Amino acid sequence: MNPIKELWRSLIEALVALGDISRFQLRLIVRIPRVLMRFDTVVRQIYNSGALSLVIIMLSGLFVGMVLGLQGYQLLRRFGSEQALGVAAAIGLVKELSPVVTALLFAGRAGTALASEIGLMRATDQLSAMEMMAVDPIEHVVVPRFLGGIIAMPLLSAIFSMIGIYGAQLVGVQIMHVDSGSFWSQMRAGVDLSDVSEGLVKSCIFGVACSLIAVYQGYYATPTAEGVGRATTRTVVASAVMVLFLDYLLTSAFL
Amino acid sequence: MNSPASIVEIRDLRYAINGRPIFDGLDADIVPGRVTAIMGPSGTGKTTLLRLITGQLRADSGSLIVAGQDMRAVRRTELYALRRRMGMLFQNGALLTDLNVFENVAFPLREHTDLPGRLIRQLVLTKLQAVGLRGAAELMPAELSGGMGRRVALARAIVMDPEILIYDEPFVGLDPISLGVILRLIRRLNDVLGLTSIVVSHDVHEISSVADAVYLLSGGKVAAHGAPRDLQASPSEVVRQFIGGLPDGPVPFHFPAPDYFGELLARGECL
Amino acid sequence: MRKSNTLNLGTGAFVLLGFAALAFLTTQITSGGLHFGRVPHYDVTAKFDNIGDLKVGAPVSMAGVEVGRVARIDLDLREYKAVVLMRLNSRYNQIPTDSDASIYTQGLLGGKFVGLTAGGADTYLKDKSEIDFTQSAFVLENLIGQLLANFAKSGNSSSSSGSPDSAPPKNEAPAPPTEKHK
Repeated sequence: MNPIKELWRSLIEALVALGDISRFQLRLIVRIPRVLMRFDTVVRQIYNSGALSLVIIMLSGLFVGMVLGLQGYQLLRRFGSEQALGVAAAIGLVKELSPVVTALLFAGRAGTALASEIGLMRATDQLSAMEMMAVDPIEHVVVPRFLGGIIAMPLLSAIFSMIGIYGAQLVGVQIMHVDSGSFWSQMRAGVDLSDVSEGLVKSCIFGVACSLIAVYQGYYATPTAEGVGRATTRTVVASAVMVLFLDYLLTSAFL
Repeated sequence: MNSPASIVEIRDLRYAINGRPIFDGLDADIVPGRVTAIMGPSGTGKTTLLRLITGQLRADSGSLIVAGQDMRAVRRTELYALRRRMGMLFQNGALLTDLNVFENVAFPLREHTDLPGRLIRQLVLTKLQAVGLRGAAELMPAELSGGMGRRVALARAIVMDPEILIYDEPFVGLDPISLGVILRLIRRLNDVLGLTSIVVSHDVHEISSVADAVYLLSGGKVAAHGAPRDLQASPSEVVRQFIGGLPDGPVPFHFPAPDYFGELLARGECL
Repeated sequence: MRKSNTLNLGTGAFVLLGFAALAFLTTQITSGGLHFGRVPHYDVTAKFDNIGDLKVGAPVSMAGVEVGRVARIDLDLREYKAVVLMRLNSRYNQIPTDSDASIYTQGLLGGKFVGLTAGGADTYLKDKSEIDFTQSAFVLENLIGQLLANFAKSGNSSSSSGSPDSAPPKNEAPAPPTEKHK
């Protein structure tokens, strides 16, 4: 088919999808107060999305921090500024790497779990059964998972940053013999509260995006085995694209 | 609450999916207190009809009145109130996989009532006893066999003491014993609890043994209806093919295809 | 619904860890310096010929101790000088009125800051005072230009520029090698 027509069609489809997901988001928001009153359901979802993702987040944070330490050291050495490793690693992590990498990992681990759980409930008629029992499946199943993701994400991101900084310290100070005092003092001088808060805002927004995409894909999955599988892959892809796009928007907005 | 003569009244129902008509002027009456079976060949929209009755779908035109409620004008809150008076058994049970048997049956009670835990417990155990699974209360859905799962779903469907019970293909995939159990339960629960039961199935002989009235759907309309033995004696071709399980008849054996010899002798190696 | 204790425990531990990380990030890695909106402060201005790339928010220090921040930078269109508004912590309210404000380079990343050197007067700076003695930023291009001019003039390699050295009180690594002379 005509490539221009294809492009146009995909554009229209994307707009329709955006409209769909926005309306879905509205349906979720309206139910949040009621769900918060039964907070124990949300607690369980915080556990599923957050606590169960801890291992991968901490491991990744450690390795990313260590690589940052290594690369940062090599780079800064060219300018004779190895002592600035602390501030370089901290800023890089807190403002960019931590929110983005945490979001991507979250999409891969927790996002897929959410999408497949909800998708499977769709495929085995559990959601229809709830509707039939006059229980609102969105309030009962979807919103707690959505809230769980939103709460878990910034916390995971903070943990990632913290472990990452220690990883950078491990490589920089212990292995590359950057002066520990300089490492921390330059960091303290160079990093502002605004840097930390910008990173936090980013991870909150990413949390909303990833959780929304995951529960949306699961809820509207085709009720077959492949449908659930597709929902899972679409979650990861859409989350990744969205996170990176939002990252650019937010970074330019903050500057 | 006084219900009209029919608890479900369907007049000239029309419904299409993507332009393809599923129902083309359907008329039916479900009498309260009886077991009514809805049968038909695959694809005639039996499950769609259930969805229309429960309000999950909305008809394109025609009238559909359930327990006095006009389903074409119903709003969300009214719909939910109506659904609490109905119980539905899904084809695969549709138990919530993260709850055990007891909690599954207790689910509607916990959601819709403020009953104290002790009372809930008694109610749940009573319903489980009625379906013969009181001893399985601690098991998880994954540990149940198909037949057991369906019985638990049945217990859940009656826990709120509904007026109408709807069964969507309850016999699919069951062994003869489990099938017999479900059949017996359908009849007994209907009579003991004073329910109206609507059973969608295509197990002709099984359901005919417990149904009071049968509707046979074909081509988007009612092809035949009446008591089971009336259908056995019906001269209609559609009914004869369905009841007799004949491979060819009004529902053709061959999927529409071009001329056989013409296709065989055509040049070319592929289709 | 009854929830297992391990679930609540796990969630609690996770949330606690998250907040601990947040606390770590906000306190251990930042300078802890909060906005001077909450701390009592007073404003002081100074005019410079050239502020280089001094930015709003840059620190103002005296003897190496941070006493305030640059709050605003304006251009005086009559004298064609940069007007720097500095917000000083009211704790440091005994800075002599004849003190000297100079712009230095901080560390290796080149951020500029304002350094105050005490004068000897008996009166002290207060809100809306102006510092009269200022010294502009060290601009590398000007130095190179002067050097080249010197080379051209005398033909010998006297590299006296008379410009003050960048003598920042904070840590500074050796200046990075810049472009070579053409």
